[in-house]
Amino acid sequence: MHTLELTVNGQGHKVEVGLKTTLLEVLRDKLHITSPKVGCNTGDCGTCSVLLDGVLVRSCITNALSVQGKSVTTLEGIIEPGDIHPLQKAFHENYGSQCGFCTPGMILASKALLDANPSPTRDEVKEALSGNLCRCTGYVKIIDSVLAAADEMKS
Amino acid sequence: MYPSGMSGGGDSSQAMVKVQPDGSAVVTVGSCDIGQGCKTIMAQITAEVLGIDYEAVKVVNDDTDNCPLSFGTFASRVTYVDGLATKLAAEDARRILFEVAAVMLECSEDELEAIDNQIRVKGNPDKALPIGEVAGAGTFGMRKLILGLGHYMRDPAAMDPETGECDPFCTLAWAASYAEVEVDTETGEVEILRLVNSYDVGKAMNPTHLEGQIDGGATMGVGAAMSENLHPFYPSLDFQPDNLGDYAIPTTMDVPDMESVIYECPSTNGPYGAKGIGEMTANTPGPAIVNAIHDAVGIWITNLPATPEKVLRALDAKGA
Repeated sequence: MHTLELTVNGQGHKVEVGLKTTLLEVLRDKLHITSPKVGCNTGDCGTCSVLLDGVLVRSCITNALSVQGKSVTTLEGIIEPGDIHPLQKAFHENYGSQCGFCTPGMILASKALLDANPSPTRDEVKEALSGNLCRCTGYVKIIDSVLAAADEMKS
Repeated sequence: MYPSGMSGGGDSSQAMVKVQPDGSAVVTVGSCDIGQGCKTIMAQITAEVLGIDYEAVKVVNDDTDNCPLSFGTFASRVTYVDGLATKLAAEDARRILFEVAAVMLECSEDELEAIDNQIRVKGNPDKALPIGEVAGAGTFGMRKLILGLGHYMRDPAAMDPETGECDPFCTLAWAASYAEVEVDTETGEVEILRLVNSYDVGKAMNPTHLEGQIDGGATMGVGAAMSENLHPFYPSLDFQPDNLGDYAIPTTMDVPDMESVIYECPSTNGPYGAKGIGEMTANTPGPAIVNAIHDAVGIWITNLPATPEKVLRALDAKGA
């Protein structure tokens, strides 16, 4: 076992992990942060996505010890004091979620996009979300939601 | 054209609507919500029947140990079958409210209507009581349990042994898809430029949900037509995909510009004329895409998905 020190959503943690432990296992099983979902566990679907020092990564194929000393943001970490994040609000208002299983990854991928590009075009949103699979929505209202959130966050 | 619910009859759902002493309602149904809006629709129906706010209805459908019987969430049946059961249950609960209100307002039950969070005498808005007051008086004053029960099941359809004639369907919905594609005759790649999907929903109870359902189903149809293949070498099971990297469901980049068109041709017996379209939304895009490929380059793809390999082979065969 090895000691992993990391910051999750602004809070420091120290956990014991094995050489093959993934970041997703640390988040869900050790820290009980459950917004990152176990989807495919092969890096294909994107519902385990988290932000690692602001960069979108798939936590299911990220080795836990590789994030030593780094800062992780999950969906829980983007909720603003007293209110949900504009992206969450936009997904809610635009019906950007049906079963909801892809939603945590979708919102974090959208946040990574909007952090880098606050005024994306529809095609840029499509590209940014292309690594996150959704089986329910056909993506149309997810893309609508991201564009609505971008408008909201600018104003 | 597609039926709502299990064909052949016998498809059963039950619902319970309990009106609380404050006039809010709790609906219990057995069909779970897998994201397409069972909770929303049952709450809408109950709110409509009881004349209360949508926000005042809670739907419990999370535990099959405690919920009434339902055959389940499949076969485009929830809005239709559970919707009818919920409507019956809400009407039953409303009947009990009317019994109580008739005493309080000194009128007959037939004269009453439930609207705007009130039970009132039809055509006489001054003679009205807040629904919470009626429910409270019924519960504590008259010691009633304001619980409405509903069970919808279409009779099993008998078949004429001579002719095979039978009336197996609750209702039938109609649909059409339109596709524009571009075929690269060099590589065999097909790009879908535009996809319009039009569905006869009977009555659009929740247009936003319906659009989401149509978009989602169309995308499954695009996947089936273009990339998803469970048995690439059928009947051999070799190279069967076992992860989402190999089984290629559409991503944001694979979905064309889509338009969802809702058409309302009411069913005779569905709740408020509604029909179920859940399942059929995945069915129409494939044929439209195949027809568009034929229209573009004159080949028929008879075995989905329409991979570049199959397109090139068909083009070769046509040229030969």
